[in-house]
Amino acid sequence: MQLTLEFGGGLELLCDSVKIHKVDVDPQTEEEKVTMKQLLPWIRTNLIKERLEMFMKGDSVRPGVLVLVNDCDWELSGQLDTVLEEKDVIVFISTLHGG
Amino acid sequence: MAAAAKPKNGRLCSICNDRRAALKRPKTLEQICRECFYAVFEDEIHKVIVENQIFKPGERIAIGASGGKDSTVLAYVLSELNRRHNYGLDLFLLSVDEGITGYRDDSLETVKRNEIQYGLPLKVVSYKELYGWTMDEIVKLIGLKNNCTFCGVFRRQALDRGAALLKVDKLVTGHNADDIAETVLLNILRGDIARLSRCTSITTGEDGPIPRCKPFKYTYEKEIVMYAYFKRLDYFSTECIYSPNAYRGFVREFIKDLERIRPRAILDIIKSGEDFRISASTKMPEQGNCERCGYISSQKWCKACVLLEGLNRGLPKLGIGRSRVLSNEPNKDTKQTNGTKNMQSKQCGTLDF
Repeated sequence: MQLTLEFGGGLELLCDSVKIHKVDVDPQTEEEKVTMKQLLPWIRTNLIKERLEMFMKGDSVRPGVLVLVNDCDWELSGQLDTVLEEKDVIVFISTLHGG
Repeated sequence: MAAAAKPKNGRLCSICNDRRAALKRPKTLEQICRECFYAVFEDEIHKVIVENQIFKPGERIAIGASGGKDSTVLAYVLSELNRRHNYGLDLFLLSVDEGITGYRDDSLETVKRNEIQYGLPLKVVSYKELYGWTMDEIVKLIGLKNNCTFCGVFRRQALDRGAALLKVDKLVTGHNADDIAETVLLNILRGDIARLSRCTSITTGEDGPIPRCKPFKYTYEKEIVMYAYFKRLDYFSTECIYSPNAYRGFVREFIKDLERIRPRAILDIIKSGEDFRISASTKMPEQGNCERCGYISSQKWCKACVLLEGLNRGLPKLGIGRSRVLSNEPNKDTKQTNGTKNMQSKQCGTLDF
């Protein structure tokens, strides 16, 4: 499944200063769907190169990191339970950097 | 920017009942669309400005601009509201160049773009020209301990000096609700009664030469960042390379954890800060003027002059510690100074209240 991941607000610094990543993420089994809950550990393993604690806390993003799925606040789509589909765009923005 | 696929939810905006909701407001938990968000976001700031009589027609106003999210959104929204509601203000961008290679030089480029994008004249004042030292040079001398104290003290004065050069009536800063809640807790933890009683004021320094205002006092950081994102505003978001980000960082994280559980907590903490009553018998530091540079000070010399004297005499530890007990009782506070100097080192000096 193709997804576009975008990191902003300083989070791009944790993944080699690359803001936009086109990635392929597949569900563990054919009939299973990929949710944000599965995507976050995938990002942790495959994209984050340093200071992981700036991105995640427990099994979710660190409080203060905003998440948008197709330009919509993930608080409206169930946060970790948000089901992802082909070509979805997921944006992560840190609010924790500078003023 | 990739084109967005279809939204994940079909919920409609609770204000217009027409378009799809794009975000959940932390303040009200309402689910609203982008267009209604722009409207309520800007209207609330307008209301804060009007109700608190922050501006008078014809005033010259400097916007403290770091190139970061808060000041960028502030510059954008203020110039918008100034036009829309005929505030009649002359707006300027005022930036401080601390002399931090790889950080401030880059963020100043952002401010220079903002100057063109928003058509606001920009004034940059530098530590080098004001004090003879860049932060790079100071850090080379003193290392990474207490450097934020120097930077914070110098920035506060630098903004005032810049504002005086621009001949403005007021200085506005981008401090948001999250910052203020953080500062309330920080001042309680530090036992700093004087700062606790003024850190929630929307306008401070009215008795001084240039009052400071915080139009984003009730504006959530989440909404500022969402606004900047949806409007594609150009801002800079790198952590200062010298910031140890420890003490304030812990409070910051605590506030964010609270916000996740109960977003209203931020406004509640601000309210608690406002409702603090300092007993009349508490001895507060008296405000006077620095004998050396004339800047506002509760001591013989202002903090910046003490720090600068230390740097120039090769005694950079001079002036690090509790300022309240500094020059009056020099012997008594020696021990305490050593014990408290880390606490005094304000993390992330951009948040000087």
